[in-house]
Amino acid sequence: MTAHYDILIVGAGHAGAQAAIALRQAKFEGTIAIVGDEPEIPYERPPLSKDYLAGDKPFERILIRPGAFWPERAVEMLTGRRVVAVDPAAHTATTVDGATIGYGRLIWATGGSPRSLICSGHNLVGVHAVRNRADVDRLIGELATTSRVVVIGGGYIGLEAAAVLTKLGKHVTVLEAMDRVLARVAGEPLSRFYEAEHRAHGVEVRLGVTVDCIEEADGRATGVHLADGEILRCEMVIVGIGIIPAVEPLLAAGAVGGNGVRVDSQCRTSLPDIFAIGDCALHANAFAGGAEIRLESVQNANDMANALAKTLTGNPTDYHAVPWFWSNQYDLRLQTVGLSTGHDAAVLRGDPATRSFSLIYLKQGRVIALDCVNMVRDYVQGRSLVVEGKSPDPAKLADTNVALKEL
Amino acid sequence: MPDLTIVARDGTEHVVEADDGLSVMEAIRDAGVDELMAICGGCCSCATCHVYVDDAFADRLPSMSEDEDELLDSASRRRPQSRLSCQIPFDDSLDGLRITIAPEE
Repeated sequence: MTAHYDILIVGAGHAGAQAAIALRQAKFEGTIAIVGDEPEIPYERPPLSKDYLAGDKPFERILIRPGAFWPERAVEMLTGRRVVAVDPAAHTATTVDGATIGYGRLIWATGGSPRSLICSGHNLVGVHAVRNRADVDRLIGELATTSRVVVIGGGYIGLEAAAVLTKLGKHVTVLEAMDRVLARVAGEPLSRFYEAEHRAHGVEVRLGVTVDCIEEADGRATGVHLADGEILRCEMVIVGIGIIPAVEPLLAAGAVGGNGVRVDSQCRTSLPDIFAIGDCALHANAFAGGAEIRLESVQNANDMANALAKTLTGNPTDYHAVPWFWSNQYDLRLQTVGLSTGHDAAVLRGDPATRSFSLIYLKQGRVIALDCVNMVRDYVQGRSLVVEGKSPDPAKLADTNVALKEL
Repeated sequence: MPDLTIVARDGTEHVVEADDGLSVMEAIRDAGVDELMAICGGCCSCATCHVYVDDAFADRLPSMSEDEDELLDSASRRRPQSRLSCQIPFDDSLDGLRITIAPEE
């Protein structure tokens, strides 16, 4: 007999796990299963590039819930199975081993797979992504024989990994194609600050460089060949150049989308009884001026899951949560609230030289986001500026003697 | 192993033995009390593991960092007993600790 679940959740990451948790909290009594392509039960991903990579936290401490939790809540865990096809008419999902699982409603929470290089050498031994536990365990397993690491991509994942690895005594070079790190997610003062911090910690930061290919010997990466001909010798390459949303089976089944699968304000896809949440869900976000975006964050995964669980238990709820994010590098704790994309002005509040400051992003005079470095107070107090779309005097925003909550 | 008493939002009490060396947040999570979001995983970057600590233990807790204090200011129902449970290491010295999960934001 074919297995059937009232709610089938595809994807065992933050979004999928929280959807199951929230459904049970909302007293959903039907059957629930989570099918995931990794062998593990749900675990936290942010530590993969931080505490877990550094060896500061064992795997058991990054589990989202202990193993016994899922059977206690009657959530079936179908791990190690990738869903490769969905039949919306028949209400079935097919896994890679050919098994068919029936569903009443389907929650697609697959996140994405790391974008890989397309140049020669991209799949050599020694070339790593940082997306799941297996990636990081492989990477850790090679550290003992690694002294030089090249990180391709100066985004959060790459910089966090660089911070950990340089502290572990490795010589780390970060390559960024743009003219500054964090170029797609932050304003220039923040980029320059992090660039300087990494350099001060011994990381070599190369900006505006293009990778030509990965050099090899005996199937192993031995260096990164730049477009200008220079070769950076290394034993390990880490590629952190973004993710590709894992939505192919849904798009093949006719779902509207492209860069992710498009959902409405209640996380519905264009297919009947199929919903999508988390990194893969392309949604109109009020904090992006209503633009259709995907958000790759734990906040988005959790809050979408919570909103959808309410909708599926008879309490229709729009997803409308303020985005927030964090990144820990060295002793620097960055907290972000709002979305800075599209800002037309940025106000620096405090002196980066003190390693405690905020960058406040404005669009047409309204506060749309804050990046706060070792400055929790601004992060907490600035949230309402973003939520309420306030337009304070920039001179006051810059004045550290004026509390943000007064504005 | 030291005992921890968790009072859930509906008032039910859970008495659990917790491993030495975990934070109170982790002990709550491992006990299967699923109301605590603890979204940032315990790195003091959010305030979703907010609890109230029984007064009897107030002077035995580690002092509050400035960051924890600021983050708690974002909680709408902060009280003098408020703490972020990820910032309290749990060990024998806190045997019998009693905490109440703060209301949902």
